[in-house]
Amino acid sequence: MMKRRNFLTTVAMAGGALAAPGYLRIARAAEPLRVGALYSQTGGLSVVEKMLSSAVQLAASEINAAGGVLGRQIEVIVEDGASDPKTFAEKAQKLVISDKVETVFGCHTSASRKAVLPIFERRNAMLFYQTHYEGFECSRNVVYLGAVPNHQLSNYIPWIIETLGKKKFFIVGSNYVYPREMAKVSKSLIEAGGAEWVADEYLELGHSEWAVMVNKIKDSGADVVLSNVVGDSIISFYREFKNQGLSQDQIPICATVTSEIEIAAMGAEYAAGSYTSFPYFMSIDRPENLSFIERYRAFVNDPKAITYHSLEAAYFQVFLWKQAIEKAGDITADAIREGVRGQTFDAPGGPVKVDEDNLHTWVTPNIGQWQADGQSKIVSAYPEPVKPLPYSGYGETAENLFCTASGLDTTKL
Amino acid sequence: MFDILFIGLSLSSILLLVALGLAVTYGAMGIINMAHGEMVMLGAYVAVLANIWLGANLLLAIPLAFVVTGALGYAMERMVVRRLYGRLLDTLLATWGIAILLQQAIRLEFGLVFFGLHVEGLGAGLQNVPVPGFLQATLTVFGQELNTYRLFIVAVTVVLTVLTWHVLYRTALGMKVRAIIRNPQMAAACGIDVRQTNSITFALGSGLAGVAGVLMAGFRSVSPDMGATMVVDGFMVVVTGGVGSLLGTVAAAGILGEINALTAITFNEITGRAAVLLVVILVILLKPAGLFSFKGR
Repeated sequence: MMKRRNFLTTVAMAGGALAAPGYLRIARAAEPLRVGALYSQTGGLSVVEKMLSSAVQLAASEINAAGGVLGRQIEVIVEDGASDPKTFAEKAQKLVISDKVETVFGCHTSASRKAVLPIFERRNAMLFYQTHYEGFECSRNVVYLGAVPNHQLSNYIPWIIETLGKKKFFIVGSNYVYPREMAKVSKSLIEAGGAEWVADEYLELGHSEWAVMVNKIKDSGADVVLSNVVGDSIISFYREFKNQGLSQDQIPICATVTSEIEIAAMGAEYAAGSYTSFPYFMSIDRPENLSFIERYRAFVNDPKAITYHSLEAAYFQVFLWKQAIEKAGDITADAIREGVRGQTFDAPGGPVKVDEDNLHTWVTPNIGQWQADGQSKIVSAYPEPVKPLPYSGYGETAENLFCTASGLDTTKL
Repeated sequence: MFDILFIGLSLSSILLLVALGLAVTYGAMGIINMAHGEMVMLGAYVAVLANIWLGANLLLAIPLAFVVTGALGYAMERMVVRRLYGRLLDTLLATWGIAILLQQAIRLEFGLVFFGLHVEGLGAGLQNVPVPGFLQATLTVFGQELNTYRLFIVAVTVVLTVLTWHVLYRTALGMKVRAIIRNPQMAAACGIDVRQTNSITFALGSGLAGVAGVLMAGFRSVSPDMGATMVVDGFMVVVTGGVGSLLGTVAAAGILGEINALTAITFNEITGRAAVLLVVILVILLKPAGLFSFKGR
């Protein structure tokens, strides 16, 4: 019996010894502040998501060089979501439960965000999500740094109707939630602007055969194409468009997803003359942006590296997070959530601000026309940042908010 | 209507382009070659690299890709496939393994990334190949504007199909191959060098896949995982047409392509795809050996 008691004591002591450093840690103020960066480092989405991961690390290294957050250095724990929502959920669990981080920067697709959301809500941790998305979400555990449909469309559609003088829209997208939500918002804006839409068509995600669709566009009598196509399909779409003899001068493609990355991958001559609506373009002519591009290129050690809208948001989100902690004086999720409300930052592309109500971000809508060199020319810039309305497709307006600091008002849906 | 039929023809020719090599390796040799899509992918990368490093345009890349992927197919048959004849499931698994190896080789730039070196044109990112000016834009035929590049693909497919037919049915090699399809043991007993013939047949099938890759590179993006989805379409065509029948493969590609185009234009793309799969299921249910199959003894 002596043995058993000994055993129990040993276990208890060992347990105490293991636990002790944990308690000691809190006492040491200079202990690094750990955050997660959850992006696909492998798989089909890794090309883009690795760039976002680099931007987070660039921001963290710059903050560290300037003295850190509350005197503590940031330590970024990089996890690989492997382009698979299930892996994203597992890795989020690891970061939040085993590593006990309060903040994770990460996710790129809506599918991966939806997969990790329950973990952040149940464990009360914060997710900073930088990609533009379809809206229709109001979590108290996510800070949304990207554009929502009202940023990308409410300025864009009237501009297409009035400035370009287009009256008949052909709406085309990849077959999943983002393009379908974007189409819904577009249709109401098109009708409000006195124009009409002649078709609303979808193609499988990742599909690269555009012959039939482009033929339909040709025969539809549309004078403008509104494209919510994502990923690889974009490249074959623009190529087929030109190869079937359609010209961007007569029927311009006005896109919401096509960025510097896809333009470089398709060959700039195919997109020259088409338009995209984004808050950030690599071509934005501000000293802050030129310096950002230079620092990013040095950081990833590639003198020809491209920057684009989600990359910019991945970068500035870390600064907003830092300001939130400094304002609240604490690193917990509750402190960050309250601290980040109303925070402003002068991002590379222009000033941004986290909304007090819905934790989405005020950004400035810009419309760029793609040029033969693969860069855009800003043809229309909104004078100031616009309030984010994640439920604009369901009738949300600045006077009648659905998503507020207390959560989503489901009675309004 | 004419333009829809032309689009259907163009879809058919793309299906056939991928399936042609498979008709040779799977149809003639009975190997489920999962690495076939990767041969297409490598062909596309040959076009990318030839453009960047040699300044060669798409047309010059075609023979180059045929030689490169053909040689690779030859090596693959010699080293792996040869040891697995008659073990259908094992060839499937082994060639799938090779497929993953090839994908990663491109993604990791043949291991050079570990030494911090970067070869332009390789890596995990998307690549593109410029299409020569005279193949861009359109050509007017019978008052219809047709996509020149697609016309070019149709033409190349016709030439390749005729060449493959010629090799299989009008040469000594083809006669040996057909003898092996019918009965390998008997063919060997008649003095045919089955091993040598199989190596060459496999190289031919792989080379055809390489050419398909070059043509694909002209209208879509090139990436290490582009082959995975194409191999599925390829098998679909070969199985529907009837294993071992070149005519069947051609007919199946033609029918499936036109069905796809006609349904997609009347309804939408998603139904078009569904219609194709439905037809494939019906054909396999009603005629398990495919549309055209020879009678075995």
